[in-house]
Amino acid sequence: MTKSDSIIKISKLNKWYGKFHALKDIDLSVGRTEKIVICGPSGSGKSTLIRCINRLEVHQEGSIQVDGIELTDDIKQITEIRSDVGMVFQHFNLFPHLTVLENCSLAPIWVRKKSKVEAEEMAMQLLEKVRIPDQADKYPGQLSGGQQQRVAIARALCMQPRIMLFDEPTSALDPEMIKEVLETMIELADSGMTMIVVTHEMGFANRVADRIIFMDEGQIVEQNDPESFFKNPESDRTKLFLSQILDH
Amino acid sequence: MTMNTVKFEKLPDRLPPVNTVGWVAWIKQNLFGSVSNTIITLLFFYLIFLYIPPFLEWAVFNANISGNDRTICDENRSGACWTFVKVRIEQLLFGLYFAKNPDQMWRPIMAFIIFAGLLTPLAIDRTPYKKWLLLILLVAYPIFFISTVGGGVFGIPKSDASEWGGLLLTFALAFVGIVLALPLGILLALGRRSKMPVVRSFSIIYIEFWRGTPLITILFMASVMLPLFFPSGVEFDKVVRAMIGITLFQSAYTAEAVRGGLQAIDKGQTEASMALGMGYWQQTIFIILPQALRISIPSIVNTFIALFKDTSLVSIIGLLDLLKIAQNSSRSLDWNGYDIEAYMFAGLVFWIFCFGMSIYSQKLERKLDTDRNVE
Ligand SMILES: Nc1ncnc2c1ncn2[C@@H]1O[C@H](COP(=O)(O)OP(=O)(O)O)[C@@H](O)[C@H]1O
Ligand SMILES: [Mg+2]
Repeated sequence: MTKSDSIIKISKLNKWYGKFHALKDIDLSVGRTEKIVICGPSGSGKSTLIRCINRLEVHQEGSIQVDGIELTDDIKQITEIRSDVGMVFQHFNLFPHLTVLENCSLAPIWVRKKSKVEAEEMAMQLLEKVRIPDQADKYPGQLSGGQQQRVAIARALCMQPRIMLFDEPTSALDPEMIKEVLETMIELADSGMTMIVVTHEMGFANRVADRIIFMDEGQIVEQNDPESFFKNPESDRTKLFLSQILDH
Repeated sequence: MTMNTVKFEKLPDRLPPVNTVGWVAWIKQNLFGSVSNTIITLLFFYLIFLYIPPFLEWAVFNANISGNDRTICDENRSGACWTFVKVRIEQLLFGLYFAKNPDQMWRPIMAFIIFAGLLTPLAIDRTPYKKWLLLILLVAYPIFFISTVGGGVFGIPKSDASEWGGLLLTFALAFVGIVLALPLGILLALGRRSKMPVVRSFSIIYIEFWRGTPLITILFMASVMLPLFFPSGVEFDKVVRAMIGITLFQSAYTAEAVRGGLQAIDKGQTEASMALGMGYWQQTIFIILPQALRISIPSIVNTFIALFKDTSLVSIIGLLDLLKIAQNSSRSLDWNGYDIEAYMFAGLVFWIFCFGMSIYSQKLERKLDTDRNVE
């Protein structure tokens, strides 16, 4: 992978919440179709990092380029990047007052300016892909957690993003539903999507990731391909973390 | 080693024990459950027994309703004089203009009937196209009201707003206040949460100013000061001045009710819509407001109820609303001395409207609760 091939370029990124230094000198580039898994202890800045990529958080220093566009205060550029970058949240964040189909077609209609028919057609296709087309007319509250998260994935995909960000997509789910969501994500990975996934599902990481990044205290401590990462972690922090999450 | 699986057997469902259900059990538990409970129950029934029969005697059994003047009432003073209300009903409901011009009475009557016709289906769950109905009520209906009741168009004789009175005026003031304050209040509530300091400060100052000022003061100011802000020659009807004052006042309360709803919306909703590329107004209109308004409807309705009653304050700037016109009638030579009946009638009409709104908001609250359980 050459540098010019990367779709996300982050350099010397620093982010503070008030006086709290949440991200320190982050350098990261992500290649097209690359799958990256980010792990690390709670509070290490994983969410903050991926939320900076679609400007849900504003950084103070350094630069972030997404698909050649530099993230600045320019609202037009932010909107452009946001509609190219899909995001899936820990708590799904579906719109409870809209049906599943409306959840999926709203943004394509109003942001991508698609016709209603076109948007709904695509929504149905993607709902089929995540295997819940029969729930299209239900409200999110009528679905199980696993189904809701799959709707959330379909909703993000309806914008035809080039990059998908996942922030602990399975941590709010009951154990028996984790699998169905991970399967959907694996299929998405196999289809060639560029993905950055914050997760502690190490089986998923091993299966899908091109690269695993370990963060602690707002820094990238180490990054490696899954095999080396699990077999020969370099840092003592990584070792400690791995021993904690792999033990149980 | 072989594994022995035990087959799961479901126990049959049974009915609850008899002595915990049914109305006898309910009465025993809830009215006479404990000593203090029993005392309260008995005391309450005693008070009802003490006060309700004499009241019914006065208001119903001994009451006068026949005849067209005070002679009957004066002869039988042990009962209420509903004759007075009967004779003066046109004034009480529609004010002096329509009482003087009985041939024009169809105008306010039609306005009220159409209002009821629009409102009733809105209160029924299964009505389709509720949004459109609401839109008609909030936008088309006021125009219809002004042109029929106000007249001056389509060959309908003009009735000056200053001659409106009674329930008609009370209704017009409250309705205008409610309808205009709603969009203003929504904008103010959004403004109060804006990231722009100027917008936020303006909204806070506006809301706190009007909330901190008694309506009575505002009505005085509207009637005395409003003309000062406009070039001389621009004449404002007294009713219009009151409407402006009421709207400004009410919008502050609506804003606070809406803000309560906005605060209840999870931050994740905004984040999800931002992540999809939606702009501020798209987020607000499609995602935030529909949820926030639903949550705040009960408290918005509460501010409506308060406003409906507060409209009676317009009598201090010389308008003859329902309460004032009832009072005036009972002080006229014809009916001097029957003010209890006047106040009771006015109170009853106020109560019917407010109770209706209250029932509606309770229904909505229950519906919202059940909806939330599904989520
Ligand atoms: N909005 C915020 N305001 C202040 N501090 C925050 C905010 N969001 C996150 N933080 C802090 O920044 C640090 C990193 O948070 P986060 O990125 O959510 O960590 P992670 O996702 O790895 O658990 C934590 O210490 C957290 O308390
Ligand atoms: Mg996190």
